[in-house]
Amino acid sequence: MTLLSAEGIEAGIGGRVVCRDLNLTLEPGRVWSILGRNGIGKTTLLLTLAGLRPLKRGHIRLGRDPLDQLTRRTRAQKIGLLFQNPEIQFPTTVNETVMNGRHPWIQRWRDSSEHDQSIVERELNRVGLQDFGSRDLSSLSGGERRRVELAALAAQETELVFMDEPVNHLDLHFQTQLLKEFLAECRAKARAVVMVMHDVNLATRFSDHLLLLYGEGETRQGPVELIANEENLSRLYQHQLHRYQAGDTYFFYPA
Amino acid sequence: MFNLQTHHDSRRFGWVISGLAVLVPVSLVLSASTGSITIDWSAVVETIRTGRPSLDHTIVFELRLPRSVSALVVGASLSLAGVLMQALLRNPLADPYVLGTSGGAAVFALIVMLLGLPTQSVSLAAAAGAVLSLSLVIFLSRDAGGWSSTRLLLTGIVVASGWGALISFLLSISQQSQIQGMLFWLMGDFREGGPGFVHCLVLLVVLVFSLFSSRGLNLLVAGTLKAESLGVHTLRLRLAMLIGAGLLTAVAVTLAGAIGFVGLVVPHMMRLIVGSDHRRLIPASLMMGGSLLVITEMLARTVLAPRQLPVGVITAFVGVPLFLYLLRRGSRPQAQ
Repeated sequence: MTLLSAEGIEAGIGGRVVCRDLNLTLEPGRVWSILGRNGIGKTTLLLTLAGLRPLKRGHIRLGRDPLDQLTRRTRAQKIGLLFQNPEIQFPTTVNETVMNGRHPWIQRWRDSSEHDQSIVERELNRVGLQDFGSRDLSSLSGGERRRVELAALAAQETELVFMDEPVNHLDLHFQTQLLKEFLAECRAKARAVVMVMHDVNLATRFSDHLLLLYGEGETRQGPVELIANEENLSRLYQHQLHRYQAGDTYFFYPA
Repeated sequence: MFNLQTHHDSRRFGWVISGLAVLVPVSLVLSASTGSITIDWSAVVETIRTGRPSLDHTIVFELRLPRSVSALVVGASLSLAGVLMQALLRNPLADPYVLGTSGGAAVFALIVMLLGLPTQSVSLAAAAGAVLSLSLVIFLSRDAGGWSSTRLLLTGIVVASGWGALISFLLSISQQSQIQGMLFWLMGDFREGGPGFVHCLVLLVVLVFSLFSSRGLNLLVAGTLKAESLGVHTLRLRLAMLIGAGLLTAVAVTLAGAIGFVGLVVPHMMRLIVGSDHRRLIPASLMMGGSLLVITEMLARTVLAPRQLPVGVITAFVGVPLFLYLLRRGSRPQAQ
């Protein structure tokens, strides 16, 4: 069963083409990473796949339904999105922020239920912020805030999970720990994940498929073991990368 | 009905709302008893209860209460307009006066008055002016990346001064006999007569709609794209808020001219007390704004009695320092 299929899509921003004639299928339990240079359009592609930017060409389907024919609410029940740099303008608490993730599931004229509250607590627990519920978001560090946003995303309980630089602001420990746990949870629940990543080594370590954006609409995709090689990545970043084997794992190091 | 975070918080909200629910009638009675002739508050209550004709009755019902109820409606409208504009523009400094919305309403209302058109059309013109002015500010201050706070405030302030110039122009071409009254009205003055049925209806309709949209407003404040990704029809919601805020501003302007900073001060104050959740912020701001303006109106006619001060002058005395303080605080880098 395919959760999302994109057929021949063209996405772009301004006059720039991000991808041309791209076909992509997201299967349950798969984790994809989008890689590319700064400003190449990774976020644009992610937003387009999430139905938040218009397609220039092609079709996106969720299961059998065309994405653009779903109601906003239904779409939000199926696709969750973590943004890159959410800004805070008004004081808001951690609990309120995570509860926002439940919005698509709460009836329009109703209020959040005990069930919603228990999900919020469960997810705060998972990111180690169970005692932070009534804290003001602006009193948290950048990394703690990122964990709150991840908890909100998890509370949304969507089958498709899109993340724009999920480990932004996180220290090394939380980068690996959260990715490990969060992605294991997604795989266990047969969700499909697409992340925009900056760190090649985190991407190759934690995802099973890569989508490379070369610019000018050119893309390349496939399983990590086939795609992640010196040649592709050096071309991708226009910078020489070397692959080092370390036991049964490997990493890339820029020259 | 509300299942809001912790038990402690909802109990506190309950206290605040109960307190405000008491404050509203207390401020009305206090205002009705104070003036050139002091009427004991128990006599005010007695008069309201029995309705027996007397001098007190005439003073309370024909002179004071209509103005106080007007002040209540205006304060509530401006506060709610402030809350809606702040959510719409994602900026805690948004206010109908600062961004020129009141100015737009005043110019349109003045034109209709000068043309000598029927009074009902004054409200309509004010509504058109307010919605037009707010749309103009939104249109001019948006850029590709979304909203910039500085740009928004600058645009609003320039638009407001443009309306100000138009007002001066209209005043300079109007007759000497009209000017004093118009000036007072512009500075925020409650004239005789209470609010009309339409004014109350507008406030009620916008209030009900905003309360039902309050969860959407909470998300809108977190970012338009973010709200959209969580299933909010942001275009529709923002359009509704634009019209709602414009109509409320028009209600306030037709009843009392341009009174500034209520829409800024009251939501800010209530955010500190009940938090930013619109399900709490809206009812709390509404009641606080209403009773605050009732008391301000009372002060305006008693502080320098028998002289009457324009209400807008008093609100500006409080609002301007607070606005500057918030602006200054907002420019400080956020603590990490």
